[in-house]
Amino acid sequence: MSGELHNGHLYAIAAMAVVTLLLRIGGYWIIGRVPLTARLRRGLEALPVAIFAASVLPLAIKGGPAGWIAGPVVAATMYLSGKEILALAAGIAAASFVRGMGF
Amino acid sequence: MSATNTIPFTLAGVRHGALLCVPFVPGYFLFGAAIGALAAQKGLTFGEALLMNAIVCAAASQMVALEMWRADWTWMHVLAVAGVAAMVNLRFVLSGASLRPWLSPVRAGFVYPALGVLTDGAWAASIRYNAEGGRDFGVLAGSSVFLWLTWISAGVPGYWLGALVTNPHAFGLDLLIVFTFTATLVPILKRTRQFMPLAVSGLVAVAVSYLAPGYWFIAAGAIAGALAAAFWTPKGAP
Repeated sequence: MSGELHNGHLYAIAAMAVVTLLLRIGGYWIIGRVPLTARLRRGLEALPVAIFAASVLPLAIKGGPAGWIAGPVVAATMYLSGKEILALAAGIAAASFVRGMGF
Repeated sequence: MSATNTIPFTLAGVRHGALLCVPFVPGYFLFGAAIGALAAQKGLTFGEALLMNAIVCAAASQMVALEMWRADWTWMHVLAVAGVAAMVNLRFVLSGASLRPWLSPVRAGFVYPALGVLTDGAWAASIRYNAEGGRDFGVLAGSSVFLWLTWISAGVPGYWLGALVTNPHAFGLDLLIVFTFTATLVPILKRTRQFMPLAVSGLVAVAVSYLAPGYWFIAAGAIAGALAAAFWTPKGAP
């Protein structure tokens, strides 16, 4: 187990790829094998919003002042304009500005 | 062409899916440059860096893995890097699960290859399209393949020009996933008004992010939010 590997880079990349592929198809596969009750459907319907919230909130908070300011800037820009590209640009501009100020 | 008799699979859908993902392209190239710089720094060849983009195709996990990349590998190190990839990419289990109610009738031979190159951007664009009433499987296929090709392409200038983005932090590129997810979340919330699962998921995720290491908070928060929605019976529902 501790011997040095020839082509270790390639093994590592392949291992990451296999694991990630299993995750990509696994959730879809499992849900097809359990009965889809009204309750499960409600849970699945809420899943996208739940995943977004669970990713965005902690990462924005841990991003420091740039995250605290740029996150709401993106949300507000998106709410008002409805254009992703504009919201993204506003976020990067706000974060660069805050970080450029030394925060 | 029709994937089934209930869910359409059209070329127009494929094109629509790709178009929905065009706004993500600049971000992918920026992120590609950040990861390319790291890959070059850590001694990956150009070919290895491209291969990683092509077959792993999950930016956040690639970034974390490259942080712990090494010159000499043992099986233990390979296992460790696979474990980290699994943890960072655990959210794909949930994204896949969330697509099932829409894509259930589609033939496995169509769905699984598309899921194999699913990215956050493609999932976000597709699930929003579906939330707005769209049902064409072509949108998922088109957005997935389009962003997969984008990510591979982003690796080319990324590896060579990555040196120019030596400090992705200064441009808030570490927050890119926050920005793209927020931009996608807003219109879905506007339409579905799922504020209860949003709040439950967000609060649990923030708490877990302070209590547990790594990326467990995404799975913990998302599952809590989905459970809350499942067990909180809305008025009028049986």
